[in-house]
Amino acid sequence: MTMLPEASAIKLGLVIDLDICVGCQACVVNCKEWNTSGYGAPLSDDDAYGAAPNGAWLNRVHAYEAGTGADARTIHFPKSCLHCEDAPCVTVCPTGASFKRAEDGIVLVNEDWCIGCGLCAWSCPYGAREMDPAEGVMKKCTLCVDRIYNDNLPAEDQVPACVRTCPTNARHFGDLGDPDSDVSQMVAARGGVDLMPEQNTKPVNKYLPPRPRRAADDTPVSLLAMAQDATPSGFWKWVDSTLEKLG
Amino acid sequence: MRPAWSIIFFTSISGLGFGLAAWLVLGFVDLADPQHLLFVGMATMALIVSGLVSSTFHLGHPERAWRALTQWRSSWLSREGVLAVVALVAMALWGLYYTRHGMPPLWASGLIAVLMALTVYATSMIYASLRTVARWHHPLTPVCYLMFAASSGLMAVLWVLAVLGQPITAPLALAAMLAVASAWGIKIIWWQLAGAGGSGSSLATATGLGGLGPVRSIMPPHTSENYLQHEMGFVVARKHAAQLRVIALLVGGVLPMALLFSLAPVPLVLFIAVVAHMAGIFVERWLFFAEAKHSVTLYYGDTH
Repeated sequence: MTMLPEASAIKLGLVIDLDICVGCQACVVNCKEWNTSGYGAPLSDDDAYGAAPNGAWLNRVHAYEAGTGADARTIHFPKSCLHCEDAPCVTVCPTGASFKRAEDGIVLVNEDWCIGCGLCAWSCPYGAREMDPAEGVMKKCTLCVDRIYNDNLPAEDQVPACVRTCPTNARHFGDLGDPDSDVSQMVAARGGVDLMPEQNTKPVNKYLPPRPRRAADDTPVSLLAMAQDATPSGFWKWVDSTLEKLG
Repeated sequence: MRPAWSIIFFTSISGLGFGLAAWLVLGFVDLADPQHLLFVGMATMALIVSGLVSSTFHLGHPERAWRALTQWRSSWLSREGVLAVVALVAMALWGLYYTRHGMPPLWASGLIAVLMALTVYATSMIYASLRTVARWHHPLTPVCYLMFAASSGLMAVLWVLAVLGQPITAPLALAAMLAVASAWGIKIIWWQLAGAGGSGSSLATATGLGGLGPVRSIMPPHTSENYLQHEMGFVVARKHAAQLRVIALLVGGVLPMALLFSLAPVPLVLFIAVVAHMAGIFVERWLFFAEAKHSVTLYYGDTH
């Protein structure tokens, strides 16, 4: 049913720390790896080893530069489905294939019902949905619904593949409907933001902006001066004093 | 947005079909001769059905298209499908009644005509309801669709009258000219107004990084074009937009009006007028998609 359910108390989602992400693309690769053999049809690629490869991916990492001059900084920007509370991709779906779960707010596609019209991808401001080139059905982030409730996996693996694999801990998974959860606390402490709030989608996923720069000391640092000023201690103090005596 | 031929054909031909059907049920053509009723009715339905069928050509799974009739409570695409089916059935019933008892009461015919208009409205709302495409998300978008359905339908009525050897009254010819002129007039206003204020979204709001200063894309997330760019990053038309608008206006507006104004009601001339009007609508519809910019292109560094 593509009517949106009543807002769920549990709002599972991701918090992505833009201060930490180094753009290594590991989350992108592990997402593809897990989801090509998990929920729904495999995530196919067209012409994968050719001149113009094209395929369905559920997570992409952009790179931006923000600010100017010495203050400019590079920001790696992972982007996947934000599991919006007012998800336009759900209400536009003519078949009922696109739906938002009442119990935890995860937005999913029933691939047996999807006709591949692409209207949900048109309605998503974020580009979170991609058509599978082989299967002709819409693919999107499932929040690894087949991992997070999967008791066959060890507890530490019961998180989305992207979160599990992130080597810098830039991705966090949890219940953003619970103000006391770790992710909600993190969002409150760091001033987490919604992407394109003006589109009225009410995204569940939040992005933590880069921390403010530490105030820089304006005087140039001379490494040579530092070396000359240093007073040796321990072994080097003994060497120093011994050589002084010899000299 | 990528202009898919199946969708351009669907929106313009089903618009023509429903426009013509609405004028027919309102009694603009005398269909007392059962053969005329059968011929004109079937041809009109064929137009509508061919439009609907072509809309399934771009689907990944056309065999499941019937499922699109189920979500009318939330989806304009679903509403369009349901309304189209109901309108077609109503039109067939109208024809059956006509063969037995002549022209149905005006309220019934009027209701069916309203159903046709609602179907075209639903088609337009598939696009106008999308907040992600600022140019489409405008109150005049449905007006454009309805006006073109009315004008092309009325042009087709004139041609049908000429083919059946029925008189074309001066007020009717004038009405057709007015319909064509005002359809293009609304379109010109739409070209000026729709999306002019932008979407309110920018790379700053898209990334939430605006507080740090200007944001620039420095590296795409993939090395070749993906589905999003293929589907929503279409830019070919924008540099030729001005010329194409003039072509649409000349072929779809000026030419059919000139043919109506200057020549006798010869079927061939009116047929050319209908075809010219439709050709203009095809160009207009192509531009409707090709010129539209989707908010996702912001992530790929689109700055305008």
